[in-house]
Amino acid sequence: MAFARDWCNLCCAAGRVSFGLGAGPRLAAESYDWPLTTMDTTVFTGILFVGSVVAGFLGALTGLGGGVVVVPLLTLAMGVNMHYAIGASLVSVIATSSGAAAAYVREGFSNIRIGMFLEIATTLGALLGAYLATRLPTSTIGIVFGIVLIFSAYFSSREPKAADAGQSIDPLAHKLKLEGSYPTGQGEESYRARRVPLGFGMMFGAGTLSGLLGIGSGALKVLAMDQAMALPFKVSTTTSNFMIGVTAAASAGIYLSRGFLDPVLAMPVMLGVLAGSLLGAKVLVRAKSRSIRIVFSLVVVALAIEMIYNSIKGRL
Amino acid sequence: MISDKQVESWIAVLLRSGVLLAAAVVLAGGVLYLAHHGSVRPDYHTFRGEPAEMREPGLIVREAFSGRPAAIIQLGLLLLILTPVARVAFSVAAFAVERDRMYVGMTLVVLTVLLYSLLAG
Repeated sequence: MAFARDWCNLCCAAGRVSFGLGAGPRLAAESYDWPLTTMDTTVFTGILFVGSVVAGFLGALTGLGGGVVVVPLLTLAMGVNMHYAIGASLVSVIATSSGAAAAYVREGFSNIRIGMFLEIATTLGALLGAYLATRLPTSTIGIVFGIVLIFSAYFSSREPKAADAGQSIDPLAHKLKLEGSYPTGQGEESYRARRVPLGFGMMFGAGTLSGLLGIGSGALKVLAMDQAMALPFKVSTTTSNFMIGVTAAASAGIYLSRGFLDPVLAMPVMLGVLAGSLLGAKVLVRAKSRSIRIVFSLVVVALAIEMIYNSIKGRL
Repeated sequence: MISDKQVESWIAVLLRSGVLLAAAVVLAGGVLYLAHHGSVRPDYHTFRGEPAEMREPGLIVREAFSGRPAAIIQLGLLLLILTPVARVAFSVAAFAVERDRMYVGMTLVVLTVLLYSLLAG
Protein backbone atom coordinates (compact mmCIF):
# COMPACT_ATOMS: atom_id res chain seq x y z
CA MET A 1 0.00 0.00 0.00
CA ALA A 2 2.85 2.34 0.89
CA PHE A 3 4.20 1.49 -2.50
CA ALA A 4 1.03 2.66 -4.22
CA ARG A 5 0.90 5.85 -2.19
CA ASP A 6 4.51 6.64 -3.00
CA TRP A 7 3.86 6.08 -6.64
CA CYS A 8 0.87 8.39 -6.51
CA ASN A 9 3.03 11.14 -5.05
CA LEU A 10 5.54 10.47 -7.75
CA CYS A 11 2.81 10.78 -10.38
CA CYS A 12 1.80 14.18 -9.09
CA ALA A 13 5.44 15.17 -9.07
CA ALA A 14 6.03 13.86 -12.57
CA GLY A 15 2.79 15.46 -13.73
CA ARG A 16 4.01 18.90 -12.75
CA VAL A 17 6.86 18.65 -15.21
CA SER A 18 4.93 16.58 -17.71
CA PHE A 19 5.95 17.14 -21.30
CA GLY A 20 4.03 14.44 -23.06
CA LEU A 21 5.89 11.46 -21.67
CA GLY A 22 3.39 10.87 -18.92
CA ALA A 23 1.66 7.79 -20.30
CA GLY A 24 3.19 5.62 -17.60
CA PRO A 25 2.10 7.71 -14.62
CA ARG A 26 -1.42 8.26 -15.96
CA LEU A 27 -1.92 4.58 -16.49
CA ALA A 28 -0.77 4.01 -12.95
CA ALA A 29 -2.92 6.73 -11.45
CA GLU A 30 -6.04 5.10 -12.83
CA SER A 31 -5.28 1.70 -11.39
CA TYR A 32 -3.43 2.93 -8.28
CA ASP A 33 -0.81 0.36 -8.88
CA TRP A 34 2.83 0.21 -9.81
CA PRO A 35 2.87 0.84 -13.57
CA LEU A 36 5.30 -1.92 -14.37
CA THR A 37 2.87 -4.52 -13.06
CA THR A 38 0.00 -3.17 -15.19
CA MET A 39 1.66 -3.26 -18.60
CA ASP A 40 3.41 -6.00 -20.48
CA THR A 41 6.84 -5.80 -22.04
CA THR A 42 5.51 -4.86 -25.49
CA VAL A 43 3.64 -1.80 -24.20
CA PHE A 44 6.53 -0.88 -21.89
CA THR A 45 8.98 -1.12 -24.82
CA GLY A 46 6.72 0.97 -27.03
CA ILE A 47 6.41 3.76 -24.47
CA LEU A 48 10.15 3.73 -23.85
CA PHE A 49 10.87 3.86 -27.57
CA VAL A 50 8.65 6.91 -28.12
CA GLY A 51 10.05 8.64 -25.01
CA SER A 52 13.60 7.90 -26.15
CA VAL A 53 12.98 9.32 -29.63
CA VAL A 54 11.78 12.56 -28.01
CA ALA A 55 14.75 12.56 -25.62
CA GLY A 56 17.25 12.01 -28.44
CA PHE A 57 15.57 14.67 -30.59
CA LEU A 58 15.63 17.30 -27.83
CA GLY A 59 19.12 16.25 -26.79
CA ALA A 60 20.50 16.82 -30.28
CA LEU A 61 18.59 20.08 -30.75
CA THR A 62 19.95 21.59 -27.56
CA GLY A 63 23.37 19.97 -27.52
CA LEU A 64 22.75 18.45 -24.10
CA GLY A 65 22.60 14.86 -25.38
CA GLY A 66 19.87 12.26 -24.92
CA GLY A 67 21.12 10.88 -21.60
CA VAL A 68 20.05 13.88 -19.55
CA VAL A 69 16.40 13.22 -20.42
CA VAL A 70 16.52 9.42 -20.65
CA VAL A 71 17.64 8.84 -17.05
CA PRO A 72 14.87 11.00 -15.51
CA LEU A 73 12.35 9.44 -17.92
CA LEU A 74 13.29 5.94 -16.81
CA THR A 75 13.63 6.61 -13.09
CA LEU A 76 10.96 9.25 -12.40
CA ALA A 77 8.27 8.34 -14.93
CA MET A 78 8.79 4.60 -15.45
CA GLY A 79 9.99 3.54 -12.00
CA VAL A 80 13.18 1.90 -13.31
CA ASN A 81 16.04 1.36 -10.88
CA MET A 82 18.85 3.91 -11.21
CA HIS A 83 21.49 1.30 -12.09
CA TYR A 84 19.49 -0.11 -15.01
CA ALA A 85 18.61 3.43 -16.10
CA ILE A 86 22.21 4.70 -16.31
CA GLY A 87 23.17 1.45 -18.09
CA ALA A 88 20.55 1.94 -20.82
CA SER A 89 21.40 5.63 -21.08
CA LEU A 90 25.14 5.03 -21.47
CA VAL A 91 24.53 2.61 -24.33
CA SER A 92 22.43 5.24 -26.11
CA VAL A 93 25.24 7.78 -25.58
CA ILE A 94 27.71 5.56 -27.45
CA ALA A 95 25.24 5.11 -30.30
CA THR A 96 24.53 8.84 -30.62
CA SER A 97 28.16 9.92 -30.51
CA SER A 98 29.32 7.36 -33.06
CA GLY A 99 26.28 7.87 -35.29
CA ALA A 100 26.77 11.63 -35.49
CA ALA A 101 30.54 11.50 -36.05
CA ALA A 102 30.29 11.12 -39.81
CA ALA A 103 28.44 14.41 -40.17
CA TYR A 104 30.97 16.27 -38.00
CA VAL A 105 34.01 14.90 -39.79
CA ARG A 106 32.72 16.21 -43.09
CA GLU A 107 32.75 19.75 -41.68
CA GLY A 108 36.47 19.46 -40.85
CA PHE A 109 36.35 21.00 -37.37
CA SER A 110 37.24 18.13 -35.06
CA ASN A 111 40.86 17.65 -34.00
CA ILE A 112 41.81 13.97 -33.57
CA ARG A 113 45.08 14.66 -31.71
CA ILE A 114 43.52 16.94 -29.14
CA GLY A 115 40.68 14.44 -28.82
CA MET A 116 42.99 11.45 -28.31
CA PHE A 117 45.21 13.28 -25.79
CA LEU A 118 42.19 14.30 -23.73
CA GLU A 119 40.65 10.82 -24.00
CA ILE A 120 43.45 9.59 -21.72
CA ALA A 121 41.86 11.77 -19.04
CA THR A 122 38.22 11.02 -19.86
CA THR A 123 38.64 7.22 -20.06
CA LEU A 124 40.54 7.05 -16.77
CA GLY A 125 37.87 9.27 -15.22
CA ALA A 126 35.17 7.03 -16.72
CA LEU A 127 36.71 3.97 -15.03
CA LEU A 128 36.62 5.78 -11.69
CA GLY A 129 33.05 6.95 -12.30
CA ALA A 130 31.83 3.48 -13.23
CA TYR A 131 33.40 1.98 -10.10
CA LEU A 132 31.76 4.71 -8.02
CA ALA A 133 28.41 3.91 -9.67
CA THR A 134 28.71 0.30 -8.50
CA ARG A 135 29.40 1.38 -4.91
CA LEU A 136 27.42 4.55 -4.21
CA PRO A 137 23.77 4.35 -3.10
CA THR A 138 21.27 5.24 -5.84
CA SER A 139 20.07 8.28 -3.88
CA THR A 140 23.57 9.78 -3.99
CA ILE A 141 23.77 9.15 -7.73
CA GLY A 142 20.36 10.82 -8.10
CA ILE A 143 21.44 13.95 -6.23
CA VAL A 144 24.68 14.29 -8.20
CA PHE A 145 22.67 13.76 -11.39
CA GLY A 146 20.31 16.60 -10.47
CA ILE A 147 23.14 19.01 -9.73
CA VAL A 148 24.94 18.14 -12.99
CA LEU A 149 21.66 18.61 -14.91
CA ILE A 150 21.27 22.14 -13.57
CA PHE A 151 24.84 23.09 -14.49
CA SER A 152 24.50 21.52 -17.95
CA ALA A 153 21.29 23.42 -18.62
CA TYR A 154 22.93 26.67 -17.56
CA PHE A 155 26.05 26.23 -19.67
CA SER A 156 24.23 25.09 -22.78
CA SER A 157 21.70 27.92 -22.70
CA ARG A 158 24.29 30.70 -22.55
CA GLU A 159 25.56 32.23 -25.79
CA PRO A 160 28.92 30.81 -26.85
CA LYS A 161 31.48 33.52 -26.15
CA ALA A 162 35.15 33.58 -26.99
CA ALA A 163 37.40 32.56 -24.14
CA ASP A 164 39.84 34.95 -22.55
CA ALA A 165 42.47 35.25 -25.29
CA GLY A 166 44.87 37.06 -23.00
CA GLN A 167 46.11 33.73 -21.66
CA SER A 168 49.67 33.04 -22.68
CA ILE A 169 50.40 30.09 -24.97
CA ASP A 170 51.12 26.91 -23.02
CA PRO A 171 54.50 25.43 -24.10
CA LEU A 172 53.01 21.99 -23.35
CA ALA A 173 50.50 22.55 -26.16
CA HIS A 174 53.33 22.85 -28.69
CA LYS A 175 55.16 19.81 -27.34
CA LEU A 176 51.97 17.71 -27.46
CA LYS A 177 50.90 19.11 -30.87
CA LEU A 178 47.62 20.42 -29.46
CA GLU A 179 47.11 22.78 -32.36
CA GLY A 180 45.49 22.90 -35.75
CA SER A 181 43.46 25.00 -38.14
CA TYR A 182 39.82 25.14 -39.10
CA PRO A 183 37.81 26.61 -41.96
CA THR A 184 36.19 30.02 -41.43
CA GLY A 185 34.59 32.55 -43.75
CA GLN A 186 38.01 34.22 -44.13
CA GLY A 187 39.89 30.99 -44.91
CA GLU A 188 41.77 28.63 -42.61
CA GLU A 189 42.38 29.94 -39.11
CA SER A 190 44.99 28.31 -36.89
CA TYR A 191 44.70 27.81 -33.15
CA ARG A 192 46.71 26.35 -30.27
CA ALA A 193 45.56 25.09 -26.88
CA ARG A 194 46.18 27.06 -23.69
CA ARG A 195 46.07 25.95 -20.03
CA VAL A 196 46.59 22.28 -20.95
CA PRO A 197 46.78 20.89 -17.35
CA LEU A 198 43.51 22.62 -16.40
CA GLY A 199 41.75 21.27 -19.48
CA PHE A 200 43.14 17.78 -18.84
CA GLY A 201 41.95 17.89 -15.23
CA MET A 202 38.46 19.04 -16.22
CA MET A 203 38.32 16.21 -18.75
CA PHE A 204 39.09 13.71 -16.00
CA GLY A 205 36.12 15.16 -14.10
CA ALA A 206 33.93 14.97 -17.20
CA GLY A 207 34.86 11.31 -17.62
CA THR A 208 34.08 10.57 -13.98
CA LEU A 209 30.62 12.12 -14.26
CA SER A 210 30.00 10.25 -17.52
CA GLY A 211 30.81 6.92 -15.86
CA LEU A 212 28.91 7.72 -12.68
CA LEU A 213 25.73 9.03 -14.32
CA GLY A 214 25.58 7.23 -17.68
CA ILE A 215 25.62 10.49 -19.64
CA GLY A 216 27.97 11.89 -22.28
CA SER A 217 28.83 14.98 -20.17
CA GLY A 218 29.32 16.91 -23.41
CA ALA A 219 28.62 20.24 -21.71
CA LEU A 220 31.60 19.85 -19.38
CA LYS A 221 33.82 18.57 -22.19
CA VAL A 222 33.01 21.62 -24.30
CA LEU A 223 33.61 23.87 -21.30
CA ALA A 224 37.06 22.33 -20.77
CA MET A 225 38.03 22.89 -24.39
CA ASP A 226 36.53 26.24 -25.30
CA GLN A 227 36.85 28.02 -21.95
CA ALA A 228 39.83 26.38 -20.18
CA MET A 229 41.92 25.57 -23.25
CA ALA A 230 40.60 28.51 -25.32
CA LEU A 231 39.96 26.37 -28.41
CA PRO A 232 37.49 27.63 -31.04
CA PHE A 233 33.88 26.80 -30.13
CA LYS A 234 33.22 24.71 -33.26
CA VAL A 235 36.42 22.72 -32.72
CA SER A 236 35.39 22.14 -29.10
CA THR A 237 31.87 20.90 -29.79
CA THR A 238 32.80 18.54 -32.63
CA THR A 239 35.87 17.14 -30.85
CA SER A 240 33.74 16.68 -27.73
CA ASN A 241 31.22 14.64 -29.72
CA PHE A 242 34.07 12.51 -31.04
CA MET A 243 35.32 11.87 -27.51
CA ILE A 244 31.95 11.02 -25.94
CA GLY A 245 31.71 7.54 -27.49
CA VAL A 246 35.20 6.48 -26.41
CA THR A 247 34.65 7.85 -22.91
CA ALA A 248 31.35 6.00 -22.59
CA ALA A 249 32.89 2.75 -23.89
CA ALA A 250 35.39 2.89 -21.01
CA SER A 251 32.61 2.68 -18.44
CA ALA A 252 30.37 0.40 -20.53
CA GLY A 253 32.70 -2.57 -20.00
CA ILE A 254 32.35 -2.21 -16.25
CA TYR A 255 28.58 -1.67 -16.51
CA LEU A 256 28.34 -4.86 -18.58
CA SER A 257 30.35 -7.01 -16.17
CA ARG A 258 28.38 -5.67 -13.17
CA GLY A 259 25.03 -6.47 -14.78
CA PHE A 260 23.83 -2.86 -15.34
CA LEU A 261 23.05 -3.50 -19.02
CA ASP A 262 19.64 -5.10 -19.37
CA PRO A 263 19.08 -6.03 -23.02
CA VAL A 264 15.29 -5.66 -22.99
CA LEU A 265 15.44 -2.22 -21.37
CA ALA A 266 18.40 -0.97 -23.42
CA MET A 267 16.89 -2.04 -26.76
CA PRO A 268 14.15 0.63 -27.13
CA VAL A 269 16.29 3.27 -25.42
CA MET A 270 19.28 2.80 -27.71
CA LEU A 271 17.22 2.60 -30.91
CA GLY A 272 14.94 5.48 -29.87
CA VAL A 273 17.65 7.90 -28.81
CA LEU A 274 19.68 7.12 -31.93
CA ALA A 275 16.70 7.74 -34.23
CA GLY A 276 15.70 10.88 -32.34
CA SER A 277 19.17 12.37 -32.34
CA LEU A 278 19.75 11.75 -36.05
CA LEU A 279 16.40 13.44 -36.69
CA GLY A 280 17.32 16.31 -34.35
CA ALA A 281 20.67 16.81 -36.08
CA LYS A 282 18.87 17.18 -39.43
CA VAL A 283 16.44 19.75 -38.04
CA LEU A 284 19.26 21.59 -36.28
CA VAL A 285 20.92 22.35 -39.61
CA ARG A 286 17.79 24.15 -40.80
CA ALA A 287 16.55 25.89 -37.68
CA LYS A 288 18.69 27.13 -34.83
CA SER A 289 16.10 28.22 -32.37
CA ARG A 290 17.23 29.86 -29.18
CA SER A 291 13.75 29.70 -27.68
CA ILE A 292 13.73 25.88 -27.93
CA ARG A 293 17.01 25.83 -26.04
CA ILE A 294 15.61 27.99 -23.25
CA VAL A 295 12.37 26.03 -22.93
CA PHE A 296 14.29 22.75 -22.89
CA SER A 297 16.72 24.11 -20.32
CA LEU A 298 13.80 24.98 -18.04
CA VAL A 299 12.38 21.47 -18.45
CA VAL A 300 15.78 20.03 -17.60
CA VAL A 301 16.02 22.18 -14.47
CA ALA A 302 12.55 21.00 -13.41
CA LEU A 303 13.61 17.37 -13.95
CA ALA A 304 16.77 18.05 -11.95
CA ILE A 305 14.76 19.35 -8.99
CA GLU A 306 12.51 16.27 -9.19
CA MET A 307 15.55 14.00 -9.19
CA ILE A 308 17.09 15.70 -6.17
CA TYR A 309 13.78 15.78 -4.29
CA ASN A 310 13.03 12.11 -4.91
CA SER A 311 16.59 11.13 -4.05
CA ILE A 312 16.41 12.90 -0.72
CA LYS A 313 13.07 11.22 -0.04
CA GLY A 314 14.75 7.89 -0.78
CA ARG A 315 12.47 7.02 -3.70
CA LEU A 316 15.10 6.50 -6.37
CA MET B 1 51.39 10.10 -47.16
CA ILE B 2 47.96 9.86 -45.60
CA SER B 3 46.34 13.13 -44.59
CA ASP B 4 44.53 13.69 -41.30
CA LYS B 5 41.40 14.39 -43.35
CA GLN B 6 41.53 10.95 -44.93
CA VAL B 7 42.05 9.26 -41.58
CA GLU B 8 39.08 11.14 -40.18
CA SER B 9 36.79 10.09 -43.00
CA TRP B 10 37.81 6.43 -42.57
CA ILE B 11 37.07 6.76 -38.87
CA ALA B 12 33.65 8.17 -39.71
CA VAL B 13 32.86 5.23 -41.99
CA LEU B 14 34.05 2.80 -39.31
CA LEU B 15 31.88 4.42 -36.62
CA ARG B 16 28.80 4.64 -38.80
CA SER B 17 29.08 1.00 -39.96
CA GLY B 18 29.59 -0.17 -36.37
CA VAL B 19 26.52 1.67 -35.13
CA LEU B 20 24.34 0.53 -38.02
CA LEU B 21 25.40 -3.10 -37.57
CA ALA B 22 24.84 -2.91 -33.80
CA ALA B 23 21.43 -1.28 -34.25
CA ALA B 24 20.37 -3.94 -36.77
CA VAL B 25 21.37 -6.77 -34.42
CA VAL B 26 19.64 -5.09 -31.45
CA LEU B 27 16.49 -4.56 -33.52
CA ALA B 28 16.45 -8.18 -34.73
CA GLY B 29 16.92 -9.48 -31.19
CA GLY B 30 14.26 -7.09 -29.90
CA VAL B 31 11.65 -8.18 -32.43
CA LEU B 32 12.36 -11.84 -31.62
CA TYR B 33 12.20 -11.12 -27.89
CA LEU B 34 8.85 -9.34 -28.09
CA ALA B 35 7.45 -12.12 -30.28
CA HIS B 36 8.37 -14.71 -27.66
CA HIS B 37 8.13 -12.82 -24.36
CA GLY B 38 6.12 -9.70 -25.22
CA SER B 39 3.40 -10.46 -22.68
CA VAL B 40 5.76 -10.85 -19.72
CA ARG B 41 5.35 -8.13 -17.06
CA PRO B 42 8.64 -6.25 -16.74
CA ASP B 43 10.03 -5.35 -13.33
CA TYR B 44 13.00 -3.01 -13.19
CA HIS B 45 12.23 -1.35 -9.89
CA THR B 46 14.70 -3.44 -7.91
CA PHE B 47 18.24 -3.90 -9.10
CA ARG B 48 19.15 -7.57 -9.25
CA GLY B 49 21.92 -7.47 -11.83
CA GLU B 50 22.01 -9.46 -15.01
CA PRO B 51 22.80 -13.20 -15.02
CA ALA B 52 26.30 -14.32 -16.05
CA GLU B 53 25.28 -15.17 -19.62
CA MET B 54 24.31 -11.49 -20.12
CA ARG B 55 27.50 -10.15 -18.54
CA GLU B 56 30.41 -12.08 -20.04
CA PRO B 57 31.29 -11.44 -23.71
CA GLY B 58 32.11 -15.11 -24.41
CA LEU B 59 28.83 -16.35 -22.97
CA ILE B 60 26.84 -13.60 -24.72
CA VAL B 61 28.20 -14.69 -28.11
CA ARG B 62 27.51 -18.38 -27.37
CA GLU B 63 23.94 -17.73 -26.22
CA ALA B 64 23.25 -15.37 -29.13
CA PHE B 65 24.32 -17.97 -31.68
CA SER B 66 22.09 -20.52 -30.01
CA GLY B 67 19.23 -18.17 -30.86
CA ARG B 68 18.28 -16.72 -27.48
CA PRO B 69 16.61 -13.34 -28.26
CA ALA B 70 17.86 -11.45 -25.18
CA ALA B 71 21.41 -12.59 -25.93
CA ILE B 72 21.08 -11.39 -29.54
CA ILE B 73 20.19 -7.91 -28.21
CA GLN B 74 23.13 -8.11 -25.82
CA LEU B 75 25.42 -9.10 -28.72
CA GLY B 76 24.27 -5.95 -30.52
CA LEU B 77 25.11 -3.87 -27.45
CA LEU B 78 28.52 -5.57 -27.29
CA LEU B 79 29.13 -4.63 -30.96
CA LEU B 80 28.13 -1.07 -30.09
CA ILE B 81 30.62 -0.91 -27.20
CA LEU B 82 33.32 -2.37 -29.47
CA THR B 83 32.77 0.33 -32.12
CA PRO B 84 34.69 3.12 -30.28
CA VAL B 85 37.29 0.50 -29.26
CA ALA B 86 37.80 -0.34 -32.94
CA ARG B 87 38.10 3.37 -33.69
CA VAL B 88 40.90 3.74 -31.13
CA ALA B 89 42.67 0.60 -32.43
CA PHE B 90 42.45 2.04 -35.95
CA SER B 91 43.94 5.32 -34.69
CA VAL B 92 46.97 3.44 -33.31
CA ALA B 93 47.63 2.15 -36.82
CA ALA B 94 47.00 5.54 -38.41
CA PHE B 95 49.44 7.32 -36.09
CA ALA B 96 51.99 4.54 -36.67
CA VAL B 97 51.78 5.09 -40.44
CA GLU B 98 52.33 8.82 -39.83
CA ARG B 99 55.35 7.85 -37.67
CA ASP B 100 53.97 9.88 -34.80
CA ARG B 101 55.43 7.86 -31.94
CA MET B 102 54.13 10.13 -29.20
CA TYR B 103 50.55 9.71 -30.39
CA VAL B 104 50.95 5.99 -30.95
CA GLY B 105 51.89 5.83 -27.27
CA MET B 106 48.99 7.99 -26.11
CA THR B 107 46.49 6.04 -28.20
CA LEU B 108 47.82 2.76 -26.80
CA VAL B 109 47.15 4.08 -23.29
CA VAL B 110 43.53 4.80 -24.23
CA LEU B 111 43.19 1.39 -25.90
CA THR B 112 44.57 -0.30 -22.77
CA VAL B 113 42.04 1.46 -20.55
CA LEU B 114 39.19 0.39 -22.86
CA LEU B 115 40.35 -3.24 -23.02
CA TYR B 116 40.89 -3.34 -19.26
CA SER B 117 37.30 -2.17 -18.71
CA LEU B 118 35.93 -4.71 -21.15
CA LEU B 119 38.01 -7.73 -20.15
CA ALA B 120 39.06 -7.22 -16.54
CA GLY B 121 36.70 -4.55 -15.18
